[in-house]
Amino acid sequence: MRIPCPLCGPRDLREFTYRGAAEALERPAADAPPEAWDRLLHLRDNPAGRTRDLWYHDCCGSWLVVERCTVTHRVFSARPAGEVADAG
Amino acid sequence: MRYSGLRVLVEGLRGNRGWRPAWHRPEPKDAYDMVVIGGGGHGLSTAYYLARNHGVKSVAVLEKGWLGSGNIGRNTTIVRANYFLPGNSEFYSHSLKLWEGLESALNYNVMHSQRGLINLFHSDGQRDAFARRGNAMINQGDDAILLDPDGVREHLPWLDFENVRFPIYGGLLHPRGGTARHDAVAWGYARAASRLGVDIIENCEVTGIRVEGGKAKAVTTSLGEIAAKKVAIVVAGRSSEVAAMAGLTLPIESHVLQAFVTEGLKPCIDHVVSFGMGHFYISQSDKGGLVFGGDIDFYASYAARGNLPMAEHVMEAAMTLMPMIGRARVLRSWGGIMDMSPDGSPIIDRTPVEGLYLNCGWNYGGFKAVPASGWCLAHLMATGESHEVARRFRLDRFATGHLLDEEGTGSQHNLH
Ligand SMILES: Cc1cc2nc3c(=O)[nH]c(=O)nc-3n(C[C@H](O)[C@H](O)[C@H](O)COP(=O)(O)OP(=O)(O)OC[C@H]3O[C@@H](n4cnc5c(N)ncnc54)[C@H](O)[C@@H]3O)c2cc1C
Ligand SMILES: [Zn+2]
Repeated sequence: MRIPCPLCGPRDLREFTYRGAAEALERPAADAPPEAWDRLLHLRDNPAGRTRDLWYHDCCGSWLVVERCTVTHRVFSARPAGEVADAG
Repeated sequence: MRYSGLRVLVEGLRGNRGWRPAWHRPEPKDAYDMVVIGGGGHGLSTAYYLARNHGVKSVAVLEKGWLGSGNIGRNTTIVRANYFLPGNSEFYSHSLKLWEGLESALNYNVMHSQRGLINLFHSDGQRDAFARRGNAMINQGDDAILLDPDGVREHLPWLDFENVRFPIYGGLLHPRGGTARHDAVAWGYARAASRLGVDIIENCEVTGIRVEGGKAKAVTTSLGEIAAKKVAIVVAGRSSEVAAMAGLTLPIESHVLQAFVTEGLKPCIDHVVSFGMGHFYISQSDKGGLVFGGDIDFYASYAARGNLPMAEHVMEAAMTLMPMIGRARVLRSWGGIMDMSPDGSPIIDRTPVEGLYLNCGWNYGGFKAVPASGWCLAHLMATGESHEVARRFRLDRFATGHLLDEEGTGSQHNLH
């Protein structure tokens, strides 16, 4: 598996650390009800197929939202997490 | 047909012509009292204990592939009761006791071998943590012996004790820990359940769950609709997918875990051994293969195969701990899809849908749990009450903050 880092180009899986579903970017407001935090921390759509998750590139230090397939391990795209979060 | 030494002798003399299939292959009926989705270890043991402990007459197990095609036929077969937290400790203790009587209960040789499990430690801090764990095991009524390096040397003289980076400080020996033949566990439960009238239906994939008025009524399958008063989802790595059929989102992420086996060798490793620095554990099968594994690949996956980095990590750990393994040739590697929960502990509970039950979240460790898991889910389905050793395995514990985080790594699915 190789991930196309927008800064460094396609790089080997060994250089990346996986964080989890990209839902982690949708952080609830501080006064959100407990259900919102349960959703953030625990509940997962966990699709067999196309998914979006968060990876950290250990070499350049960027957080990426990677779109890939959990069944074939094919990687479609990787975008800086900051851009994705700003786009909402 | 009851299996016995005499039967083997008689069949041997008669050219082995009298053996019959171990379980029936019935057509599905239109309706059952209880339907168990998933014919892995947990689904089969649930069905068996529903029939045996609670006398439920009308039970079906629906399996989309063949029996043993899931994790029950892919695991590295370690059976142990060395958990620390209240909630886990009593459950795995109960499970180990069931293992100890399993072969006579099922009339099936599952090759349960209590060869002893040794968890190695490599620092003062790790020694303290294992001493504490050993005390918790003893308090639970199970067995644990703290070994110093000489004590470990007596059992495992072939380890690299003086490794510069990770010297061996000792080990925690759990004498009642060991292994069992994984497929035999599936076959043994299937045969025993079938003898009690449970319908085991292979090649029957559940594609939908019919819910009316908040109540589960039936499952739709590749072989047609099957009505049920109660339905249990027991599908390990596929839990999120099947629960979604009833509109539920679970606290589960699916990950791939790999394992490896070498060519058959003469007996050289008598115990189950785990390395405390880097995830690596090993035992030797009765066929002679060294069976070993390590961590999950760490990214969400439904592919029953992993990538090279984890394979490399496991081999490196093996060479660090026991250089003699460098002479063995790896024969095969494979992967299984693990149902990882946010705290590393399982769920055996009702769901918000009436009549729909859930058994999942087994992470790396669901093989040893097979007997107690089925025992407790059957208890819950038949009596409406959680079994006392499984009462903390609640689905709502994440929302309420009552997590059972055995490793203390926090709410992240891939860290348990
Ligand atoms: C490499 C590896 C090593 C492991 N090592 C150990 C170990 O040493 N000790 C230990 O305790 N545990 C270990 N485990 C974990 C253990 O194997 C699992 O936790 C346990 O087997 C899961 O429960 P199960 O047996 O019911 O799962 P499975 O055997 O996976 O059963 C689930 C079944 O559900 C079926 N299914 C899925 N979807 C559907 C559907 N829609 N309709 C019908 N059927 C469906 C599947 O086909 C499957 O047969 C290991 C796992 C792996 C992969
Ligand atoms: Zn980069």
